[in-house]
Amino acid sequence: MQSLDQIFVTGKQWLLAFLPEALQPVGSILLVIAAIFGVFATLFAVTTILERKILGRIQNRFGPNRVGPFGFFQPAADGIKMLTKEDIVPRDADKIIHFLAPLALIIPVALALSVLPYGRNMVPVEFDAGLLFFFAVGASTELSVFMAGWSSRNKYSLVGAMRGIAQMISYEVPLVLSTVTVIMIVGSLSLVKIVEAQSGFLFGFLPSWHVFTPWGFAGFFLFMIAATAESNRSPFDLPEAESEIIAGYLTEYSGFKYALFFMGEYWGMFAISGLSVTLFLGGWNAPFPFLQFIPSYIWFFTKLVLIIFTFIWLRGTVPRLRLDQLMSFAWKFLLPLALTNIVVAAIWFFSRALQFPGALGLRWIFCAAILAVSYVWLGRGVAQAQRAKRVYQYAE
Amino acid sequence: MNVAFILIAGLTLGSAIAAMSLRNLVHCALCTVITFAGLAAMYLQLNAQFVGFAQILVYVGAVAILILFAVLLTRNSENQPNTLLASPSWIIGILVAISVSGTIIYAVVKSTRLAQTLPPAPEATVQKIGEQLMTNYVLPLEIVALLLTAAMIGAVIIAMRDKNEKEDSGSKMITGNARERVSQPSTIHHPSSSQKTTR
Repeated sequence: MQSLDQIFVTGKQWLLAFLPEALQPVGSILLVIAAIFGVFATLFAVTTILERKILGRIQNRFGPNRVGPFGFFQPAADGIKMLTKEDIVPRDADKIIHFLAPLALIIPVALALSVLPYGRNMVPVEFDAGLLFFFAVGASTELSVFMAGWSSRNKYSLVGAMRGIAQMISYEVPLVLSTVTVIMIVGSLSLVKIVEAQSGFLFGFLPSWHVFTPWGFAGFFLFMIAATAESNRSPFDLPEAESEIIAGYLTEYSGFKYALFFMGEYWGMFAISGLSVTLFLGGWNAPFPFLQFIPSYIWFFTKLVLIIFTFIWLRGTVPRLRLDQLMSFAWKFLLPLALTNIVVAAIWFFSRALQFPGALGLRWIFCAAILAVSYVWLGRGVAQAQRAKRVYQYAE
Repeated sequence: MNVAFILIAGLTLGSAIAAMSLRNLVHCALCTVITFAGLAAMYLQLNAQFVGFAQILVYVGAVAILILFAVLLTRNSENQPNTLLASPSWIIGILVAISVSGTIIYAVVKSTRLAQTLPPAPEATVQKIGEQLMTNYVLPLEIVALLLTAAMIGAVIIAMRDKNEKEDSGSKMITGNARERVSQPSTIHHPSSSQKTTR
């Protein structure tokens, strides 16, 4: 079983042995890049068809069912269509920036994917501050949204870009603050160490993942909500709201540039889902001791696909938020709750010294009570503010 | 002096020159972003991981967007052709630049500190930086935090112009100019809002 778990690590070493000594570092880098691109391009293709099928199921229709068995070769047809489609650039567009915008999205997202630990000993680039690196490159995707929206010389594009930037900046605050709890408890910014801290089992069968603690539970949900907004997915898809602004900053994109943008957004979703798996769901650790014989990377990707399914499910279920609801939700609900969660994590950390029997249950109840009270209280505040009559500044 | 250093230095300097000489302000701002990213790469190449990541996070992520918004919100930022700025003051500018940099280079070369051997580079991990920030430098950190919070509240107060009168009467704590600026436009808005209630 050990050999099956490490099959990719040993396989890489076996392949590298064919190269001369001097070329081995370069060969190793190229192999890792090829693996990341191959795996996630395939996952992107699978996710598009799954998303269309599941959305079809939710909306009581078939979804794509013409190409191949049950329509499962649809991504190949889509890919050929995108490649052969004419690439139309508006006459007044800023040609260079219009061309660079999809690349400015793909590159940071691919970099973010490269620091996640996919399995035991399977992390493409191991940084001492991997989490910081992830957020650093993640923050630079906002530039690509701006570049796409501004260079298109289209009002809808610019409105979409402005919405996108406002949303991404606002939701980055709760996103980062909800991960601070994990850093506080683990005491490291290294993603590998965060996964190692979640190995082992409580009472011999309960996995000691962060999501099974009060602060981790709240942190996981805060993180997932903020992650949905960061990846511009429904119900936070205002930047691309089809019924209002055509396709937002993607309006003037066609052909392969559009496909690249599309892939970049899905990769961003994979990256942030992978980070949530790493931080809260135990990374590549198995959920039960008797399931540990299954290789670690299979666990990672199973959890990843489950989270992606949840994203698709949400998209088929929840209606789009209004812009003022979006902002008040981020600043008046998520941000205070994330700050409360940091205090709760501190209480959890320092109450570890309590060693009498039943101390764990007491800590659990105390921390959960603080979070529940603040959840109800903040939720009421936001709900009351929503009930007030809305004043339109420019539409009256 | 390795290949990576030359590439990064060339990219940083090239984009900095482009940021100064292009006429389209948005292009200048985007070139500045490349300069920021090049500086971050330079820090990473010097094994300063934390500074490099913080540079990307703060400058490429946040400051770049701030600059772009500032450019977009000011007038005449678009539709200017990219021509090199040429004027007679160029010669004076170049002379000043040469004399200043010459003085600095002369001072650096002549200084006695350069002759000393460098101490071994300290191991500056993220953890050590965090410990220092929380112990030795906790007061400067808190002062910076307070300053930034004050700036943010100030920005919110300036931006809070379009408020209806009911909420305005509550904001008497704001003194002087700020209150006038807040209350003035709401009187303009008042007829339209009363019109809506009668309708």
